[in-house]
Amino acid sequence: MILSDLQLALPEIFVAAMACVVLVADLFITEQRRGLTHTLALLTLVFAAIITLRVMVPVGDSVLAFSETFVRDRFGDIIKLFAYLVLAGVFVYAKHFLRVAGLFKGEFYSLSLFALLGVMIMVSAANLVTVYLGLELLALSSYALVAIDRDSASGSEAAMKYFILGSLASGILLYGMSLVYGATGTLQLGEISQALAGGMSDNLMLSFGLAFMVVGIAFKLGAVPFHMWLPDVYQGAPAAVTLLISSLPKLGYLALAIRLLADGMGNMHADWQAMLAVLAALSLILGNVVAIAQSNIKRMLAYSTISHVGFILLGILAASPAGYASAMFYTIVYAMMSAGAFAVMILLSGNGIEAENLDDFKGLAKRSPWYALMMLMIMFSLAGIPVFVGFFAKWQVIAAAIQAGFVGLAVLAVITAVIGAFYYLRVVKLMYFDEPESTAPVTAPIDFRAVLSVNGLAMLGLGIFSGGLIGVCVRAFG
Amino acid sequence: MPIIEIVFYLFSGIATLAALGVITSRNPVYSVLFLVLAFFSSACIWLLLEAEFLAIVLVLVYVGAVMVLFLFVVMMLDINLTKLKSGFASYLPVGFMVAAAMAAQLLILIWARGAGTQVLEYGDTAGSNTRLLGELLYTHYLYPFEIAGFVLLVAIVAAISLTHRRRPETKYQDPSRQVKVKRGERVRLVPMDAEKED
Repeated sequence: MILSDLQLALPEIFVAAMACVVLVADLFITEQRRGLTHTLALLTLVFAAIITLRVMVPVGDSVLAFSETFVRDRFGDIIKLFAYLVLAGVFVYAKHFLRVAGLFKGEFYSLSLFALLGVMIMVSAANLVTVYLGLELLALSSYALVAIDRDSASGSEAAMKYFILGSLASGILLYGMSLVYGATGTLQLGEISQALAGGMSDNLMLSFGLAFMVVGIAFKLGAVPFHMWLPDVYQGAPAAVTLLISSLPKLGYLALAIRLLADGMGNMHADWQAMLAVLAALSLILGNVVAIAQSNIKRMLAYSTISHVGFILLGILAASPAGYASAMFYTIVYAMMSAGAFAVMILLSGNGIEAENLDDFKGLAKRSPWYALMMLMIMFSLAGIPVFVGFFAKWQVIAAAIQAGFVGLAVLAVITAVIGAFYYLRVVKLMYFDEPESTAPVTAPIDFRAVLSVNGLAMLGLGIFSGGLIGVCVRAFG
Repeated sequence: MPIIEIVFYLFSGIATLAALGVITSRNPVYSVLFLVLAFFSSACIWLLLEAEFLAIVLVLVYVGAVMVLFLFVVMMLDINLTKLKSGFASYLPVGFMVAAAMAAQLLILIWARGAGTQVLEYGDTAGSNTRLLGELLYTHYLYPFEIAGFVLLVAIVAAISLTHRRRPETKYQDPSRQVKVKRGERVRLVPMDAEKED
């Protein structure tokens, strides 16, 4: 019995072991050969994907292991696979930046792998304790990563803000969990769901617990009004780390929301739908409107993240398999778009100076037409312009919300998406219609260029053939 | 109201007030002392639930080790030594208050137990508390337990990577370089004309 448990958790065990291997191996790798650590980390992701694919559970089935603290299902497997993919992309993008910024250290890779492990644990959690531990593993790794540039004052400040507000969020979430445990007498998500089905939903303690859990999730996702930390952290962290924390953890937090709200508190959906509706509406409005006023691209993308979180919440609050599938599709697509956008920013950074300002994008089309085209596709996709995959993601989410009866919210989403298109298109305008400020050629290693090209073209390709990925997401909740 | 409830409300009341004290007192040393009181009160509540092991661990680990460390750090942060020393006497009343409250709590606990109150029954009380916890931890909660280990590992890695660095201005010995030193690096021969005796 325990052997089959171990086999189910093999991806987690493998990633955990390899994170330790990378940690130790890096000690014996000299500064000049640091590329080996990079390769080792990439190989870890490849093999983790193979191991995950080898023992997939059938669609619609879920297998519990380790005294029902661990669950393996299609939703978790798909999210894990995309987490490997996103992290691999992040590694390739980050390498170039880290080298230039003098931060090319083994810790980046081991901490990133531990963050991935946290995401995986959270994704496969069937118990409140496991959910929380996965979340903490991810959060601790992220705090350290934000502070990885120890000599940067803004980096340390961002890490401090992230740490304090992040711990507050974890504490609030934990408080909610303990109230739910007190009301239902179990930590098991499945059993909580059964207890709620027995008609406990008017319990005051449960309502409080649920409210605290929603606040914790909103804090982690960065939904308004719990978004204050997000722009400061995105701006203060080194670009490679911003790239990481804007993409990978989002997949984990989606799983956090779905595991807690859908799997655990699904029978109280009427209560949390109303809470999420408020969060979604505020995030959509504030994210899109404030992003217009930003001149720093990192802050602009941070506010854009907030607005995208609004869309993700819109999918979750539909409280139906179609809604969860749309939120999942949106999150996966968002992680790719966000990684791509930050990659172009890294590309323009040079000599240790980050291309943080929108003006740095001026005339990119003249300096490098190909990268400008990639950025154009990513921006169009973020804005939700048809044919690009971002459009289909928005469409799915809005359709799910309308089906669940949130027509007003859906209308608001469309309006704010149109407002949001302004600042994405402004980047396109800067790239194509303004004169470049510097004539320095845009250079990057071959692997960076290849991954960025694939990333940019995927926005178009996934958009044209969006049915495939949508089908995968729908089947995950089949 | 049964005695057990009175005792519970008393301890929770003290814990809440102490927690308030932590965040309202301006002096960090007071805050730390209040935190000690809060931990101690929580430990007493655990004792009421017959969770002796958890209560003792809370006192030993948090009050005994973590908070003392905290106190050290808080005191070290204040660089003005004379100011620190002059304040010592003024900490005394608060220190005594916390100590007295803790002693009173212990006495109440012993009294409540001794008064023959039926302490609430929680699950299987056969076998000691510690043993039951250990069994659960290594069987039912094996997976979360292992993850907790990784959380600690990440904390160590993060702490070391953020603080350990080789400062260029620090002077340190490198024994291998000392051993491999060549004569030419240590002795410099200066050609000089021989001096003649007059």
